[in-house]
Amino acid sequence: MSAVLRGSGSILRRLTLLLVGSAAVLATVLFLLVQSFARQVAEQSQDNILTASVTSILDSTAIQGGEISVDIPYAALSMLGNVSDDRVFYRITAQGKLLTGYDDLPSPDPPRPSNDIRFITTTYKDEAIRVAQATRRLSLGGEPVEVVVAVAQTLTGRARTLARISRMASLLGGGFFVLSTLLAVLAAQASVRPLNRLAGAVSRRGPKDLRPVSAPVPTEMVPLVSSLNNFMARLKTSLSRSEDFIAEAAHRVRTPLATVRTQAEVALRRVERPENRKALKEMIRAVDESSRAAGQLLDHAMVTFRTDHLEKDQIDLAALVTDSVDRLRPVAELRDIVLDVALLGDATVSGDAILLQSALQNLLDNAIKYSPPDGKICVELHCGDTEAEVRFLDQGPGFPAENAEHLTERFARGGNAAATVGSGLGLTIAKEIAVAHGGRLVIRNRTERTGACVSLFLPL
Amino acid sequence: MRFLLIEDNEKLAQAVADRLTLDGHVADHAGDLETADSFMATTDYDLILLDIMLPDGDGRTFLQNHREQRNETPVIVLTARSEVSDRVGMLDLGADDYITKPFDFSELEARCRAVLRRRAGTGSNAKRIGNLTFDALAGSLEVAGRNITLRNKELRLLEILIASPGMIFSKAKLVDRLFSYDEDVSENAIEVYIARLRKHLAGSDVEIVTVRGLGYRLGTS
Repeated sequence: MSAVLRGSGSILRRLTLLLVGSAAVLATVLFLLVQSFARQVAEQSQDNILTASVTSILDSTAIQGGEISVDIPYAALSMLGNVSDDRVFYRITAQGKLLTGYDDLPSPDPPRPSNDIRFITTTYKDEAIRVAQATRRLSLGGEPVEVVVAVAQTLTGRARTLARISRMASLLGGGFFVLSTLLAVLAAQASVRPLNRLAGAVSRRGPKDLRPVSAPVPTEMVPLVSSLNNFMARLKTSLSRSEDFIAEAAHRVRTPLATVRTQAEVALRRVERPENRKALKEMIRAVDESSRAAGQLLDHAMVTFRTDHLEKDQIDLAALVTDSVDRLRPVAELRDIVLDVALLGDATVSGDAILLQSALQNLLDNAIKYSPPDGKICVELHCGDTEAEVRFLDQGPGFPAENAEHLTERFARGGNAAATVGSGLGLTIAKEIAVAHGGRLVIRNRTERTGACVSLFLPL
Repeated sequence: MRFLLIEDNEKLAQAVADRLTLDGHVADHAGDLETADSFMATTDYDLILLDIMLPDGDGRTFLQNHREQRNETPVIVLTARSEVSDRVGMLDLGADDYITKPFDFSELEARCRAVLRRRAGTGSNAKRIGNLTFDALAGSLEVAGRNITLRNKELRLLEILIASPGMIFSKAKLVDRLFSYDEDVSENAIEVYIARLRKHLAGSDVEIVTVRGLGYRLGTS
């Protein structure tokens, strides 16, 4: 009855992926920003030290006795060495002539004389270095002399600092990512929760529970829920209409039949002539035939209706068997038929009590109808590992061998059943109820004596 | 026995009341719940036969009130609805039994007996004639201190005869009372049951007398 619904992706997964993806982008951006800022700070601080070093060397250049003298302050180089174990190079030139230091130390481009400090990052002796260079004009005997000081430092320390900061930045980014992923999952679940709650509330309902959903739902779901409510209201109307129809039909058919039957019985008590009595008996029999057929047709409709909307409870099968037997005991007593109940097990099955009782009573009713007066019917409850069996053993004529299997079809009756009132729906009803509960109905003849043996199997 | 029949279909009610009267019972008929209530206020009934669909209310409401008032009179519901949908609810609400229309009178009688048997303690309905004690509900017969087990048909035959001692019952009448119409029995079958019953009654102060050409009656010695 239910079509297979194909899911088109999960909202939860989509939402989670979206949020986690955003978190990843944000974390990467954060990481890059922190790293680039850190690099700037590191470069700036190295440049500051180089500047201080160059400036202090320049400050110590002076003209002494007509000569340029440079007295490199100890601090000028040690301030560089203090930072890390970087190597430090320097060069001091005057008018293009090397005074001291490494002549081949690269100069910042272009080597234009200026008071500004210029920087360059380059390679020297196979090592990356940062060079700072500044110029100062001195006056030597009235002539201007340009003293150029360049100080360089390898980048090992800076790289190490940068690496440390990068590590921290990536930790920060990673932490941010993990945290926001966690929040994303929580947020996604929180936003899907009302949907799940609604689905749960609807699917937990029994098939007969068609009350509208009244629990508050998020605004976005209101249209969905109100269409669901509308749909259920329509379904409820149509279901109760068919249930009412069956009940009403039964009422309309049965009441006049009951009147006719009772009047015929009263008349039978008052007439004496055998032919009149015979006619009245025929009439009662005809009423019984038609009312039984109508009744069972309607029962069958109700059974079909209920099995389509099967509502299951836990049912104590032993109690149900006892009830059904007690219910039919007066009918059996009328014909001096003994009903023998043997509860050889204790079973709880899941099912619709009304339907199961209907099945049991139909089977027992059959057994009583086909039993000879003074006979005995055994009703046994057996319990296996996977299924329970209710077995009805009568002492009637049994089933005709050739078409026993067809007897569970609608309106089929045994070839030897003509003398008994029946519509041929009893076994059909019982079989359909068995099948609706995942069980089966097995009919066969008794082997140790004549009689029918009908078993209703129900899964445990 | 005194019956209260609550049924809105006049024709059916009349036929049922006729039938009950024929069997020697008294039946009052109420067409709606209001009439039923006024009957109940003035008379004690042995049994109530209740239809479910009534003009001024649902028979189920009646059942509920009936039980809330702790009224002990047993109720048998006559339902015309589908067996499958109504039965459990009916018993839940405190009906003692139910029967679907159209019903076989012998089945109705059997159900009445079963319900009354459940309600009554044994011995309370016993009838004593000389050295014979008979309780139709409990189905017990005691003759001169001996307990005798009766089968259903013997029991009901004795019940009919004992209810009206001295009255002559024809074989045809007894067949009508004892057998459902679809049991194809001849009137000679009655002779079999009479013979069995006479055997059981041997030594008692009660005997079954054959009235030639007319039938049987219960005589006391």
